Amino acid sequence: MSVSFPSGDTLVDVSSVDFAYDKRPILSGINLRIPRGKLVAIMGGSGCGKTTLLRLIGGQLRPTGGTITVDGQDLTKLARKDMYALRRRVGMLFQFGALFTDLSVFENVAFPLREHTDLPDDMIRDLVLMKLHAVGLRGAHKLMPNELSGGMARRVALARAVALDPMLIMYDEPFAGLDPISLAVVGQLIRKLNDALGASSIMVTHDVHESLEIVDYIYFLSGGKVVAEGTPDEIRASTDPFVKQFVNAETDGPLPFHFPSGSYRDALMEGRP
Amino acid sequence: MTRILRAIGARTVDGIWRMGFAARFFAAILMRSGTSFARFQLTIREIFSTGVLSLIIILVSGFFVGLVLGLQGYETLQRYGSSDALGILVALSLVRELGPVVAGLLFASRAGSALTAEIGLMKTTEQLKAMDMMAVDPIARVVAPRFWGGVISMPLLAALFSTMGVFGAWFIGVVFIGVDDGAFWSQMQASVDFRYDIVNGVIKSVVFGFAVALIAVFEGYDSAPTAEGVSRAITRTVVNSALAILALDFVLTSFMFRGNG
Repeated sequence: MSVSFPSGDTLVDVSSVDFAYDKRPILSGINLRIPRGKLVAIMGGSGCGKTTLLRLIGGQLRPTGGTITVDGQDLTKLARKDMYALRRRVGMLFQFGALFTDLSVFENVAFPLREHTDLPDDMIRDLVLMKLHAVGLRGAHKLMPNELSGGMARRVALARAVALDPMLIMYDEPFAGLDPISLAVVGQLIRKLNDALGASSIMVTHDVHESLEIVDYIYFLSGGKVVAEGTPDEIRASTDPFVKQFVNAETDGPLPFHFPSGSYRDALMEGRP
Repeated sequence: MTRILRAIGARTVDGIWRMGFAARFFAAILMRSGTSFARFQLTIREIFSTGVLSLIIILVSGFFVGLVLGLQGYETLQRYGSSDALGILVALSLVRELGPVVAGLLFASRAGSALTAEIGLMKTTEQLKAMDMMAVDPIARVVAPRFWGGVISMPLLAALFSTMGVFGAWFIGVVFIGVDDGAFWSQMQASVDFRYDIVNGVIKSVVFGFAVALIAVFEGYDSAPTAEGVSRAITRTVVNSALAILALDFVLTSFMFRGNG
């Protein structure tokens, strides 16, 4: 397919990255760029290495080959202290929010502010209420995480992820398990927060329709490789079999239904799985 | 046969690996303990949840152990006409052995398992990863305060256990059976040595505190992030803590009490 590589100043540059758990390869030869100010989606089926790629960009895993630079800093060479300094400028939304269950909604959002700033309590209070207001949950500030619905928890986690006004926001499956209304709300919030904060965002997801509405650029991953990429319009118009299968949710196509295994006939004849 | 040998070998190697990880983890806790003391309210919160919330079981158990010691001790001592020595018997048993050991076992079951479950569930629900991504070190912020909370709580709980035990023995021996009150206390006062008995008992409880707290936080942090993984980690905490306490007790006792006490 035709490729229009996202233009502009690059914030995240993933170059020829390989990654393996033990000796099992997960990613190989990944190249992608995240320009400043843009919202980029990394899509692909379950188990294709999307979340692993996000964790590599977040510095929680080290690639077995290649380089990853974030804001000009090579993650593979950063010491722990420098990595933490970089992470203070990065927000991350985990798949199910990962809210601290022993803290209230207010204290969850206040957590990064209390840990990393010496701001007085009244200023922290104002900042937390502003962030909660932005996600529509100012009225829920006293609730505990177990009193929130899945969509609300995701929005609180989003408020917490942007508490320090990050330059980069990463989303790991932000739409997983949400009802259609919550899904649309979270999708719009992701777009609005990216633009309002002047941040850049990377979203790992397999929710193709919601993503096509809000993102600037999409990378498709399959079998640990980037197999397609493009703007939402290019993706919609793509004739690439993989993209077509994924976008139209077809069961037949290059994405295999079966986990790799030996011959079905042999398995039946020999009585082995 | 080969399969059995291989399995034994694999388990041994795995055990040694885990001990190595635990040692490195312990070093990491010590090196990142600054936050636990610079922001002492974090540690105080953990002293509350591991120490204060264990008080009921420790106090009640201590009292009952004291009652039983009082009965059993009196039963034996009165055969030799020395029931006045009940105070010494009870105090030495509790201060030297039963206080630190039984309090340690109860502490492992009540607080150690809770520590493992809490840290394990934080790991399962990605709270530790989220914290790490926020540039907040989970070992410094979550693990170290819980570790020190356990270490500080344990000797205090052991002391309270022994105190309740002595009180229980006094209650059954003096109030119910009629052992002389003055003899009970004065013989205890005369025979229990502060340095030799009490300090050694405190040293034991501190060592057990380190062992149980380390095992509990390590098992939680190292648990597989699944419901089954956390459940197994809790079991390992209770079993390994009990074994560690009993083994360490033997080692410490053999160094401390050399037969002329």
